[in-house]
Amino acid sequence: MTDILLLLLGAIVVNNFVLTQFLGVCPFMGVSGKLGAAVGMSIATTFVLTLSSLLAYLVYRYLLLPFDLDFLRTLSFILVIAAVVRFTELWMQRSAPLLYKVLGLFVPLIASNCIVLGVALLNVERAHGFVEAVFHGLGAGLGFSLVLVLFAALRERLATSDVPLPFQGPAIALITAGLMSLAFMGFAGLA
Amino acid sequence: MDTLLTAAGVLLALALVLGTLLGYAARRLQTADSTLVDRIDALLPQTQCGQCGQPGCRPYATSIALGGPINRCPPGGDATIRALAHLLAKPPVPLDPVHGVESIRKVAYIREPECIGCTKCVQACPVDAILGSARHMHTVIISECTGCDLCVAPCPVDCIDMLPAHPPQHDWRWPRPDQRPVNAALIATDLRPGAA
Repeated sequence: MTDILLLLLGAIVVNNFVLTQFLGVCPFMGVSGKLGAAVGMSIATTFVLTLSSLLAYLVYRYLLLPFDLDFLRTLSFILVIAAVVRFTELWMQRSAPLLYKVLGLFVPLIASNCIVLGVALLNVERAHGFVEAVFHGLGAGLGFSLVLVLFAALRERLATSDVPLPFQGPAIALITAGLMSLAFMGFAGLA
Repeated sequence: MDTLLTAAGVLLALALVLGTLLGYAARRLQTADSTLVDRIDALLPQTQCGQCGQPGCRPYATSIALGGPINRCPPGGDATIRALAHLLAKPPVPLDPVHGVESIRKVAYIREPECIGCTKCVQACPVDAILGSARHMHTVIISECTGCDLCVAPCPVDCIDMLPAHPPQHDWRWPRPDQRPVNAALIATDLRPGAA
């Protein structure tokens, strides 16, 4: 139980995928313009991460290992992730068409979010079990959601503030992300 | 060589299973194709009257795109049903009388001296074609009015008439000599004695 909690906490803050491992920076910069869209993206990404982490574990454990096909893991994980993202897209189109309109192109882009593949590969590398793999995925998703929502809120404040001309736009956003990353370094060594 | 074949087989099986699941999900979570909805919506008369049972023209277009009936739009009438049938390659069906009957295009007209300025018709209008504020006379912007009838019922003093709109040119014919043209603007005028 403590192990799971530590794993979850570690994935959310200590080894935050965006701010300390610099994975998934593309959606982090791309969908953080508006808080509402960021929340929607967070939910979708967390869902994809948890589900794909679970499925990737099952594929690795029960399909690749018995056939001694360890070297195929990247390829088959990408296949699984693409399918999960497509499923999420279909489901979102049906149950949240408004959110689907707002997120638009960024939903299929979850497939190329390297956190998703990163978590699946790290699960193999660290020999996580089934429960651990699921919670690692969930933690990565929650961590991504946390920093994405924080960053979106910061950028909404930035949009109304008086930024010097050379720093306007993506420049100030990247500097803000860097400062957030520095802040998250303070968690290092906690778990 | 053996490993190669197993690898290909396993990947193929994995892709097959995922593809089947996705195909099943796509069928279960079917949604209306948005470009089709746009094309259907373009054929509807945009009265937003709600006579079809949907809250407006676009929701009706969505329901048609999902396979719903095409004969529920009285303002559009037979012409709209034929256009929809042509677009969707369905047989044209007569208008469903449950939802209303086709009539000539009308516009709302407020008899302004009688208007008490209650703003009830302003709130009822789905296309914001009625101008006016509280305790001031209201009036209808004819070019915006879709003739949907929705403002007639809320009016507490019944000062709204549905008059025939200026007919389109191909439909226009001379008025019969034995009938005086119905022109509500003459109600409060003395230009032609006996007309009012």
